This record gives sequence, C-alpha cells and structure tokens, in this order.
Amino acid sequence: MAQTSHGVGGLTYDAKKRAWPAEFNVFLALVILVVIFELIGRIFLGDSFLFNTRSDVSGIFNEARLQIIILQVSIVGIIAIGVTQVIICGGIDLSSGSIVGATAMIAMSFAQVATVNGNPNPKAMFLAQGWTDLPVIVPLLVAIGCGLLAGLVNGSLIAYTRIPPFIATLGMMVTARGIAKWWSKGQPISFPTDSFAAIGKGLMPVIIFLSLAVLFQLIMSYTRYGKHCYAIGSNEDAARMSGIKIANHKILVYVIAGILASLAAVVLSSKNLTAQAGMGVMYELDAIAMAVIGGVSLSGGRGSIIGTVIGSLIFGVIISGFTFLRLDAYYQEMVKGVIIVGAVVLDQWRQRLRALRA
Amino acid sequence: MSDIVLKTENLTKRYGGVHALEGANFELRKGEHVAIMGDNGAGKSTFVRQITAVEQRTSGQIWFDGKEVNFAGPIEARTAGIETVFQNLALADDLDVPSNLFLGREKVLFNLGPFSILDRKYMRKATEAALVRTAVKIPNLSNTIRHMSGGQRQCVAIARTATFASKLIIMDEPTAALGVQETAQVENIIRTLKDNGEPLILISHNMRQVFDLCDRIVVFRRGRIVANLRKENTDGQDIVSYITGAKTGEAELAA
Repeated sequence: MAQTSHGVGGLTYDAKKRAWPAEFNVFLALVILVVIFELIGRIFLGDSFLFNTRSDVSGIFNEARLQIIILQVSIVGIIAIGVTQVIICGGIDLSSGSIVGATAMIAMSFAQVATVNGNPNPKAMFLAQGWTDLPVIVPLLVAIGCGLLAGLVNGSLIAYTRIPPFIATLGMMVTARGIAKWWSKGQPISFPTDSFAAIGKGLMPVIIFLSLAVLFQLIMSYTRYGKHCYAIGSNEDAARMSGIKIANHKILVYVIAGILASLAAVVLSSKNLTAQAGMGVMYELDAIAMAVIGGVSLSGGRGSIIGTVIGSLIFGVIISGFTFLRLDAYYQEMVKGVIIVGAVVLDQWRQRLRALRA
Repeated sequence: MSDIVLKTENLTKRYGGVHALEGANFELRKGEHVAIMGDNGAGKSTFVRQITAVEQRTSGQIWFDGKEVNFAGPIEARTAGIETVFQNLALADDLDVPSNLFLGREKVLFNLGPFSILDRKYMRKATEAALVRTAVKIPNLSNTIRHMSGGQRQCVAIARTATFASKLIIMDEPTAALGVQETAQVENIIRTLKDNGEPLILISHNMRQVFDLCDRIVVFRRGRIVANLRKENTDGQDIVSYITGAKTGEAELAA
C-alpha cells in the first residue's frame, strides 16, 4: 500500500502503477520483425526489404512491397475487426470464413451483367428472372442481409440456448459452407457489373479496411456498446448485476461480426471478379490469429482494434518477408502456426508477471 | 414514523421444504447503521437477497422509503436507491474506475441507442467527487481494476454506491478477504458514510468491527431473527450466546 499519501480523494498519481499499453508491445514486435527481414536481406541477398533499391523507381521506400503487405491482409483484416469485438466480449466466431463463401456466392448472383461479348451471360444465376445489371446497392444490401442473418442465428443461439460460442459458430461454419456449395451446385459465379467490380479495385480494399478499423476503434472506446463489450468479456456476472442486457448485446456483437464478414465477401468477390464456393476457407482462423497477435486476449475483456490492425500488419510482413527471402509458401504456414501460439504464450506470461507485481 | 427507511414484515423465503428465512420483522431508520450477524446458513444473505430482489420472497411485505415495494429484480431495487456491495464485488476487471462506477448506467453525450457516445469527462468528474465523498484513495483512476489490490477493489465497489443518490447501502462481508490495513481503510469509509448520514446494513462476522461501526445488532439463527439489540445494551458474550443458540427468544429492543 504505497498510495496512502493524503490528498483529495483518490487523486494521488503513482507513475509506477501506470499500465503499459499492450498495443505498444505489438508495435515493437512489428518493428523488430521488419528489422530482422531487413538485416537478413542486406546480409544474404544484398537487397533491402523496406527501402527502395531500384534506380528506375523513385521514392525512399519500396512502395510496391508496402502496398502488397497491406493489400493482402486488408480483406481478412475486415473480418478480424468483427472477430476482435467478439473476442473482447468473451466469445469466438469460427463461422466468418464460411460466411464469406456463402455471401460471396449469393451477393455476386445479384451483381451480374446480362451480356458478355454480345452473348447472354452464361454464368448468370437470375438471367431468366431478368435480375441482371442491377444497381450496385442491390448486391450490397443482399450481402449485408446475409451477414446479418448469419450473425443473428449465431448470436441468438449463444444468448438463448447458452451453448458455447465455439459450438454455435462451428455449426454456422459448416452450414454456411454448405449453402455456398449448394447455391450454384458448386459452379463459380462470374461477370459482375462495372460498379460492383469497382468496390475491390486497386487499393480500395485497403481504404475500406482502414476506414472500418477507425470507425470500430472509435465505437469500442467511446460508445456504450464498446464499454459493455469489455465489461461482459471481463466479468459477465458483474455486467449482468449492473443491469446490462447481456443477451441483446451478444446478439448485436455477432450480427456486427457477420455483417463485417459479408462486407469482406463483397470486397473479395469484387476484387477477384468472381465468386467461388471455396472462398474464405481458413479466413476465420487467420482473423483470430491477427487479433491474438495484436494483443486481444482470448479470455475476453482485453485488446483493441488498433492492436488487431498492427497484428494484421505483422501477418502481412511475415508473408511478404518469406516471399522476399524466396522461401516456399509451406514455410509461411508453419511459421504462422508457431507465431499464433507464441503470441498467446507471451500474453499469458505478461499477465502472470503483472499479477505478481500487483 | 416517517424516518423509517426500510421495514419488512413477516418476510419469509422457502427453498422447497427448507425454511431459509421465517417471518423476519426488521426496521431501519434514517442515518442508522445496523449489523446483521449469525452463523453460516442462518439466513443473513437470504434476508438481503429478498430486499434487493436478487430472489423473490415466498411471502411477507417490504416498505422502502415510505412506500410498499415489490421489486421485480436487482436493477429495479437499485434504481429505487438500494445499493449493494456484493461479496464477490461485481466489478469488471478490465475496466477503469469511472467505467466500473457507471457500469450499466453510463452518462451519454448523444443518445444513439447502443452506440451512444459516452460523456467520459462527466463520468470522470463524478467519480472524483464520489471518491472524495467516501474518502477513498486510488492511485490512478485510469488503471484497470485488475491492477489493484483487494482493498482498493473493495473501495471502488463501495464508492460505486456513493456515486448515485442511494438511500440505503447494504454490504455483505466487505472485509472478509482483506488484510489488516485494508480492513482499516474500508472501515474508515464506512465511518465517512455514517458522518454523511447514509443508512447502512452491514453483514459481518467480525465482532470488533460490528461494535465499532454499528448502532444496532440483529442476530439471525436458523432463518429467524433471534435478537435485536442496541450496541449499548449488549456485549460480545451476549451476542455470541444468541448466535450459538445458548440464549433463545427474541430479545426486544430496549428503548
């Protein structure tokens, strides 16, 4: 009890008791990782990971690489935003990858053109009904509807039947993948309208990812919704006794996660100009990994969207770094697994250390 | 009789065939601090759970603040002004002090449903005021509860009751898990509450603490109130004989 100095109420400030923001450690890890790749590159390949070494391109940094790093994580990153708030609220969502698959198929069906090269579009799902060349808002609303419905089922199952989130969303994962395959009997759905294709063009995925990240960072720290997410995740009984409507809140959390997954599906299918039943496989695990690497605690109550964004960058740097070092993609997956487990172990060590100091 | 804050008549709670609480008649006046004592399973916590509507009573009546009340749940009881410091604290470990004080009744700047923007400045100010009022000392308001000692946590839980205009505070063994120094800290806060004229029901096993802090002692035994004594008219020996059943029959309050 070092703080019993006299003062007004509780306003004595003890700098030693100040908590170190977890995001700082994650950012440090990102920097260290970049430095490691830079050093290995300089020593063994005579090339730079981060900086521009080509004379025919201007600029200090290797902008092409930086763009690829963020571009390849932004679609899973959109999912990771939703998954982050689910985990903070004490849950887990395994269904997001399959929601991407199902939503991509369904939404793309409403975004197809009527004619390709002067002939009727051979892939159009609703050619007979004349539902082609629809305005971009239609597939967008259909997608949001899909995500909302999936999230509603997830959330209601968890809130009312009280089955563990792991099981509820595992069920949705299998079911939604089934829907994705059944929708067109396994056929890919292609030829979207120009306006739909514009959603995922160029750096649009990055812009969408970062704007959603900013929006949800604000929601999580400045609104009642965010506060209640942290409260439920850290002590559900306390939250209930404080009068928070746990069931409603949980449903909303899963609905938002579902909608974000469906937005990721729109961006992904728009970027690829096609939708396939196998889209988004393993995305749920990549998204969870980004959150965990970013310092979100799997036991709930701790973490932030900023952390997850940095976590996703770590992800991107590892993938690009391995490509840069000309290592096989197989190694990427192996190392990814090690990093996920390592991040959780590190987090637990840090918690134990803190508990000892308190 | 307008100075009676809380009154129960024939308050009874049965769990199937188990008579956890049997015909409890209880009164609490303005500014009064009353201790509830008794062995484990004597009905102390059951009694409190009926008042705070954590459970619904089998029969009997409750008057609070001059009106007969039938709270549907603990939230309603709290809205009416009954604040409880639970044995298990009911704090969210990963939130800071203002967030915990205002948990479930956040002050908002704009009302946008669940996405209402929080008025963090106001809540911080109100928290500081509540801490001053209860003389609670916390090193850093922005720290999460996780980083606080047991005593500090208990202080936050108590300060929460003072944040809102509560009319009755109930504490269920607030110092059971605390060390000597931390216990003293909590007891000081309870004295501050007494000076402010806030009525209190204190459940405690600590005889010294009860005689230190309370005006009146009510003893429960096997679901019944067996003694209701002013502190001046009794002593530790006497109380223990009621708790253990060596003395029986309802000891009336000597006016």
